[in-house]
Amino acid sequence: MNRSTIDLWVGIFVALGLGAVLFLSLKVGNLVTTGSQKGYHIEAAFDNIGGLKSRAPVKAAGVIVGRVESIRLDPKTYEAQVSLNIEPQYQFTKDTIASILTSGLLGEVYVGLAVGGDTQMIADGGRIAKTQSAVVLEKLIGQFLFDKAASGGGQ
Amino acid sequence: MPASALADGLRRVGAGTRRTIARLGFAARFAFAVLVHSPEGLKRVRLTLREIYFSGVLSLVIILVSGLFVGMVLALQGYDILQRYGASESLGVMVALSLLRELGPVVAALLFASRAGSAITAEIGLMKATDQLAAMEMMAVDPLARVVAPRFWGGVISMPLLAALFSTMGVYGAYLVGVKLLGLDAGAFWGNMQAGVDFRADIVNGIIKSAVFGMIVSLIAVFEGYDAAPTAEGVSRATTRTVVASSLSILAADFVLTVFMFRGVGVI
Repeated sequence: MNRSTIDLWVGIFVALGLGAVLFLSLKVGNLVTTGSQKGYHIEAAFDNIGGLKSRAPVKAAGVIVGRVESIRLDPKTYEAQVSLNIEPQYQFTKDTIASILTSGLLGEVYVGLAVGGDTQMIADGGRIAKTQSAVVLEKLIGQFLFDKAASGGGQ
Repeated sequence: MPASALADGLRRVGAGTRRTIARLGFAARFAFAVLVHSPEGLKRVRLTLREIYFSGVLSLVIILVSGLFVGMVLALQGYDILQRYGASESLGVMVALSLLRELGPVVAALLFASRAGSAITAEIGLMKATDQLAAMEMMAVDPLARVVAPRFWGGVISMPLLAALFSTMGVYGAYLVGVKLLGLDAGAFWGNMQAGVDFRADIVNGIIKSAVFGMIVSLIAVFEGYDAAPTAEGVSRATTRTVVASSLSILAADFVLTVFMFRGVGVI
């Protein structure tokens, strides 16, 4: 085994290894969120975001149109301020309703956009006025039990 | 009579303890000496490159093939369990996190210990048994700088790269089984994976783990070789000790590192 062959193989090995690290960072870890710079931002305020996390998908009619960029609590209104990053080829009307939904019982939480009939579109940095909070299962069960007890007491 | 037998037994325990402590002390001084002689050894880059070739490049095949199969098996078993809860879309994130955090560094290090660590020990041990190390000293060539340091650093450099390749092949194997064989949606597979894997907490910690394992395996391998009894039997025993000691140290160090890295940061 002469020098240049060893050099070549070590070079291939190191390049492969660094390529693997790059693959893990970009494709698996999504270090650089692809399209993050290209999209535009929309703000939405929710009473309760349930289990929504940043980087969760934003879907319209089931198609992923963007990602949740950041979530924070508004210190004055105590509402959750969710910043959405929408891909530039999609435009949404001003009366769009944003709701927090879950795909299946245990599936991932995402933001669903239901488009209205307005002619004006939301611009970059705009705000979605109508929102629907996440359905909290415990509250739903509590309400169901309360209703049941109330109707049972009436008989 | 029983009293003297008891004393004999205690004497043996005492001698064993004393020898173990002396060996540990020698290993620590040896590690320090290797680090001190490293700059001198690393000056001849060619030597270290040669060791990266022998321990890294020649381990590629076993690492790549094992990674692929580990990923494929993880995907099959994970799919079976996850689909009971209707969460089969989470297969990608489950496989990726298992590989990046634990299996990639640990299994790659175990394979590296048996593939490359044993070879390093046998090589240095034989050099010692055939008086090559003594001959070097006679010629005023420092064997620590010329023989030990390049092998140590060759292992330390190769290990993180091998672990990253192992994880990559594992993720690809899981993709093949999950998406191509079991028919999961490719978008959900990658999307959930990207949403669930964090660069700092998972990928960087995995690389740190594999670098630590590389140091442990390489150090044990060169130490056992250098410390081997200069006979055929001594070299064979040293090789066995390298594999056993590095495997146990990797698993123990993995537990300690996991506690430090993933506890109290909301992951576990």
